[in-house]
Order: sequence, then structure tokens, then C-alpha cells
Amino acid sequence: MRYITDRKRVDGLGAARSGVHHFWVMKVSSVALLGLIPLFVFTFGPMLGRPHDEVIAYFAQPFPAIVAALTILVSFRHFKDGVQVLIEDYVHGWKQRALIIATILLSYSAAAVGLFAIARIAL
Amino acid sequence: MADVNRGNRPLSPHLSIYRPQLTAITSILTRITGNALIVAALLIVWWFLAASTSPEYFSLADAVITSWFGDLVMVLSLWALWYHTLAGIRHLIWDNAKMLEMETATKLGWAVVIGSVLLTLITVAVI
Repeated sequence: MRYITDRKRVDGLGAARSGVHHFWVMKVSSVALLGLIPLFVFTFGPMLGRPHDEVIAYFAQPFPAIVAALTILVSFRHFKDGVQVLIEDYVHGWKQRALIIATILLSYSAAAVGLFAIARIAL
Repeated sequence: MADVNRGNRPLSPHLSIYRPQLTAITSILTRITGNALIVAALLIVWWFLAASTSPEYFSLADAVITSWFGDLVMVLSLWALWYHTLAGIRHLIWDNAKMLEMETATKLGWAVVIGSVLLTLITVAVI
């Protein structure tokens, strides 16, 4: 049982010095996705259900490949930062840290797989 | 974590007694759609990995994504994607302390809901 209040425990320690960094990162990725998402939907979408050689030929072109790579990269970063806030809102203590770490690992892993696959198709 | 109920006092039953409001529903839907999109995102990454590996692996991944269940997931995800995008635009506007009046916020909420359905229908028709 702690007798000291939360307010008292942090009194005088100063700000965390990260300020609006998370807010800014979210803003940049959301503006980027505003352009990328429509481009990705209308390049990737028509390829679903197409024959393998057609899909390979399509994503070997610079524009669809770069759009797909950027969309995967930016959206998984955006996902990572967004889920972090979700976890911070509802889960606390060590579980919060564990879930945030798991989210970061999942996001970068999935992004790496996606980028690797696109590079392999395009190059 | 702060002890939100020092001394075991009764808490305000805030969520359970409120009449659902459009602004609240559209707000929580932004979070739900954003997080639910992980399913489609992982499926798409898998599809790319399969395409880069072999024609056999690709036909498996492509068959899963274009099955009736895959189609259902992808169409719902498409709606979630447009919803989250429009709701995101709303947040970018709100960040400038503009259009926050109750009436305007409600109109924006309807714009997000109707707009996302329209964009989904248009996308399905085009693709």
C-alpha cells in the first residue's frame, strides 16, 4: 500500500521531454497515408485474383512496386503508434509494456516481410 | 496507474447511462477500424510473400484471400480503411481547432459514415 499520492511522487521531476513527438509522428504518417492509401487501393486491388505471372509483371514496374512498399512501410509505423495509444488507454503496468513491445515487434516484422517480398518481385 | 477509486467510493456509470451519440460512436469506430485493419494488412503481406516465393504458394494465398470468407474480410476491411481515412481527415481538421461546434461535428460524423460506405461501393465497382 502506497501512502504517497501519484501527484506527490512525480512532483519536481520535470516534463518527460518528449512533448508532442508522438502526436507529430502520427500526423506525418496520417498525411502520408492520405495520399498512399488511394494509390495502393487502386493498384493492389485489381491484382487480387489475377494469375501469378501477371501479378509478378505488374509489381515489377516501378510505380506499383514503390507505392506498395511505401504503403506497407508507413502504414505499419502508423499502426504501431496507433495501437500503442490504444494499449496505453486500456492496459496498465507490466502488461502494458509487454503488449507495446509485442506490437512494435509485430509491426516491424510484418513490414520487413512485405518489403522483402516486394523487393524480390520488383528486382 | 493512478488508483481511480480511492476508498472504494461508487464510480460514475458514465458509459452505461449515456444515450449513444453520433460523435461518440464515430469516435470509437475510428479506433476499432484502425486496429481491425491489422487482419487485412497481414493477409496482404502474406499475399505478397507468397507471390514472391512461387506460383504454387501464390495460388494458395490468392485462393484464401479471394474465397467467400476472404472477400468478406477484404470488403469489410475496405470499408474500415475508408472510414478510418475519412475519420483521420476529420481529426486533421479538428487539430486546428476548426469545425468543433456540436452541429458541425455531427455533420462531419455523418459525412464520415456515409462517405465511407459510398467510397467502398465505388471502389468495389471500379476494381
